[in-house]
Amino acid sequence: MTVHSSTRVRAGRLASHALVVAIALAIAVPVAWVLLASVKDKSEFYGSPWTLPDGLHLQNFVDAFVHAHMGAYFLTSVFVTALALVFVLAVSVPAAYVIARFDFRGKRIVETALLAGLFVNVNYIVVPIFLMLVGWDRALRELMPSGFFIDNPVVLSLVYAATSIPFTVYLLTAYFRSIPSDYEEAAALDGASRLTTMTRVMLPMARPAVTVVILFNFLAYWNDFIISLTLMPGDGKTLQVGLLNLFTAQKAAADYGRLYAGMVIVIVPVLLVYAFIQRRLIEGMAAGGVKG
Amino acid sequence: MTTISAPPTDVGTPVPAPRRPRPGGTRGRGSGRFVFLCLLPALVLFVVFMIVPTVNVFRTSLYAWSGFSPDPRFVGFENFARLLDDQQFIRAFQNTVALLVVVTVVTMGVALFLAAVMTRQRMRGRTFYRFVLYVPSVLSVVVIAAIFSAVYDQENGLINGTLQALSLENLEQVWLGDQQIVLYSVAFAMVWQSIGYYMVLYMSSMSVVPEELYEAAALDGASSVTQFFTITLPLIWQNLRTTLTFFIMSAVNLSFVLVVALTGGGPDGSSEVLLSYMYKQAYTNSTYGYGMAIGVVIFVFSFLVSLLVSRTTRREPLQF
Repeated sequence: MTVHSSTRVRAGRLASHALVVAIALAIAVPVAWVLLASVKDKSEFYGSPWTLPDGLHLQNFVDAFVHAHMGAYFLTSVFVTALALVFVLAVSVPAAYVIARFDFRGKRIVETALLAGLFVNVNYIVVPIFLMLVGWDRALRELMPSGFFIDNPVVLSLVYAATSIPFTVYLLTAYFRSIPSDYEEAAALDGASRLTTMTRVMLPMARPAVTVVILFNFLAYWNDFIISLTLMPGDGKTLQVGLLNLFTAQKAAADYGRLYAGMVIVIVPVLLVYAFIQRRLIEGMAAGGVKG
Repeated sequence: MTTISAPPTDVGTPVPAPRRPRPGGTRGRGSGRFVFLCLLPALVLFVVFMIVPTVNVFRTSLYAWSGFSPDPRFVGFENFARLLDDQQFIRAFQNTVALLVVVTVVTMGVALFLAAVMTRQRMRGRTFYRFVLYVPSVLSVVVIAAIFSAVYDQENGLINGTLQALSLENLEQVWLGDQQIVLYSVAFAMVWQSIGYYMVLYMSSMSVVPEELYEAAALDGASSVTQFFTITLPLIWQNLRTTLTFFIMSAVNLSFVLVVALTGGGPDGSSEVLLSYMYKQAYTNSTYGYGMAIGVVIFVFSFLVSLLVSRTTRREPLQF
């Protein structure tokens, strides 16, 4: 290789590395800016956006947690997300196991329907789900005048769980299929029932897949706002809808401090989870991507 | 994932082992009941909350229904006929297509570039960069909307504030208030959100391309750009095709949630997309039948585009 071409290679390499750094900065700066702005005093929001905060103005967080009810919304979100994860695993693990391991009549139909379900995004059907729940409430009006299905966090978690069944079952089924059946045969020889085999033998072995499922569903549930906005229009809100309200209010009243503090409350748990499990998350995603 | 529900990746799926005889298939009595009980809860939830609503999208589209009137009135394809004359609908459709094209091309290009640099050039600190670039994928759309509303703010925003500080006032724009610009502002936020996700997907498929291929090409004097187009790109083609399906889904869905939170479809409908217009018809306007006709269009549109993309990008899979 000539000297000339190797300098050119080096220059190209330097330029492309610089571009990567620039893109990473373009991603990091707005996020960091919001984190910093959450401790700024009201007066500091005017003028240059690059000034650092004078001190820790933690009143913003008090405002967000107490006055804007972000604390209460936070609890709602934790509850709904956790319950939805329980629901989705409780129904998807047995279904995926059975699809992976047993032959039964109608199996093709079940598999095809679930596969088609992968392509039905919940955004497409949120309106009919809402109308259905309203209809059920109407039918129950005699029994429960104040309604049951709308504004119910449990129903919201059920809808979350139900709409992520195709994705969850698909992923778990593929993983169960990859586990050799020797283990189950051994368990059966030891006299284990089918239920015991599933919960005590297969489930622990499927832990990597279950972890990935929990991660992705956690992000989907925690970050959703369209479904919770639609199905919980009352006072009990999830964190994202609460933030959306703060965001809308800020547009009118220019109360930035509260908004940024609210954003930090929403971002921090997710960032913490992400920082802890990022390798697993990215590897999990990567495994799927390669196979594509 | 960013996206409301995770895209249908087969995440974490190991390559399926050769099929073995299934233990349950030949087992004696009781396996039928076990199978039934295991499937029942999942299927009930799936049917009630996914199949029934999906069927209802199609069925309701044939009715005129205000939601409050007790009886929907059957009108056949009248809702669809009205769509053809609805300028706002046409605009929303155009915006969706524009976002689909622009966001896909830009995101794919940047993500491929990043992935290639990070995997091929063994860039120092790439774990850190990967961490940073993937952060937007775990943020919610409301957070992203709030971030970009701060970035685009007319007076004190990151962009205009910086331009003022640099005395470049003439470059300032009303990023979210200008009908000519707002769609690009939305597109930029979408690209910002999804680059890291696709970069990770591409990195993983690039990392399994055998090193010998590149070494041989380097001996022949091929530059890294040539290597990228002659080795990397053909070998990750299947992965690219898969991500195209995700791009279609996210152009329809991510654009919706982002538009609802960031611009509300404004100013004057200039950033409206198909799903946000449907949502508006259903809630603000209470014309459910009309809204669901838009829903049918969305279903058919995303299905046809996916089919078209999958057909036109089909190649003989390359082995390595």
